[in-house]
Amino acid sequence: MTKDERYKKLKDIIKIYLPEDVSVANISMESHFINELNINSANLVDIILDVEDEFDIMLENEDMERMQTVQDALQIIEGKLD
Amino acid sequence: MAERVVITGLGVCAPNGIGLDAFGEAMASGKSGIRFISELKQLEFGCQIAGEPLLTDNRINRYFTPLQLRGLNATGIIYGVLAGTDAWNDAGLPKADAETPDWDSGILFGTGTLGVAKFREAIHLIDNKEVRRLGSTTVIQTMASGISAYLGGILGCGNQVTTNSSACTTGTEGILMGYERIASGKAKRMLVGSCSDSGPYVWAGFDAMRILPRNYNENPENASRPMSATAAGFVPGSGAGALVLESLESAQERGGKIYAEVLGGAVNSGGQRGNGSMTAPNSEAVQRCIIEAVRNSGIKNSDIDTINGHLTATAKDALEIENWSRALDRSGPNFPYINSFKGLFGHCLAAAGSIECVASVLQFEKNQIFGNVNVEDLHPEIEEQVDRIKIPLKTIDYTPKILAKASFGFGDVNACVIFKRFID
Repeated sequence: MTKDERYKKLKDIIKIYLPEDVSVANISMESHFINELNINSANLVDIILDVEDEFDIMLENEDMERMQTVQDALQIIEGKLD
Repeated sequence: MAERVVITGLGVCAPNGIGLDAFGEAMASGKSGIRFISELKQLEFGCQIAGEPLLTDNRINRYFTPLQLRGLNATGIIYGVLAGTDAWNDAGLPKADAETPDWDSGILFGTGTLGVAKFREAIHLIDNKEVRRLGSTTVIQTMASGISAYLGGILGCGNQVTTNSSACTTGTEGILMGYERIASGKAKRMLVGSCSDSGPYVWAGFDAMRILPRNYNENPENASRPMSATAAGFVPGSGAGALVLESLESAQERGGKIYAEVLGGAVNSGGQRGNGSMTAPNSEAVQRCIIEAVRNSGIKNSDIDTINGHLTATAKDALEIENWSRALDRSGPNFPYINSFKGLFGHCLAAAGSIECVASVLQFEKNQIFGNVNVEDLHPEIEEQVDRIKIPLKTIDYTPKILAKASFGFGDVNACVIFKRFID
């Protein structure tokens, strides 16, 4: 899986959690899940579960705390896949 | 001076019809919503039939966002959101804008137990030491107030948003609670209603109590027999009903349609004393509840021309009729018209009161009394008290003016509400 493929998969996961006034086009590497994409903090746990299922990995508590932006998420995923 | 309270919107998700038009049609024509449920057979239930709304994904998708639908496994929430949203739209009321709630509108939407299937899903994960896999919606789908919380967010109501729970009295009680809030000037509008989940995990306990019919699995439409000599137990049901209650002043200001007026009512309990118990109503309490409802509504016994009973299709139906007859001091040909809608869709438990109130109010609209099914063999003790002509077997044309509706629930709790054809 290339980095682009991983990014695309992640965007597909995130898009369902976006509020009505935020579109997929608003997602960038630097996007902060809560502050910029306005994702409800309760839904972050759902994103984490979706990431685990999609990439067949398991995230630890400290990974979850570190996962603030799209970039963070990708780095964590890459770390687990290696 | 208390505010007058009127009904300005209706919504329903019932086993024999979803949406007001389909439901009204089904009630008038006597279309049954009781079907064989193969899952209940697989699980070796004694009673393998039920009344369950038949929903398509297409319809559900119109009421929920894709995010709300993810992992949604609470049929009560689905039914309640459909009925509640429909009632709100039917009243011509807008959803609140993105920033400001509608402070004058509240929600009182009851249930018995909610999200049972979701709870089961969670229990399996928990027992498998996978708590972290529960996701974020286990709580909101299984809390009793989940239904009022979902509707509250969809509509943006800023007045009281809550859930009542009083077993099979829930829906009728909720109407009175919403009525009181408007009558006392604390809200202009209250979306009231109730919902009940479908499925074996809700119905099993009743099957275990052996109070459901076991001999109609091949013959579901004949199973629910309120007032019949061969009533064999209630058929479990599910769904939701919803009514928009509004102060007359607000309704007239908006120029909205008015279905009927809520004159008042009463709730009480028999205290599980006398012939009352956890599962059976104390007759004195039932009669007091009806008498008090009449008094609170400022009408006379003789003003009531139509009754919609609780009448679940058990051996207790004759006792209910006796209680109505004594409370109203009316019998024989002088007894009001009476019907039970449970013959068509079973006993929808916590949703029963609200679905049946929606149907009751529709009778004003349609100038009809909906027929009773499966009561060709009227119970002889009922026939002693009520002239057969007052228990129509088919829908009749009639212009009801004042209708009494009662519901009774486990815990020996009662509610009776009085509706009146609206006359300014």
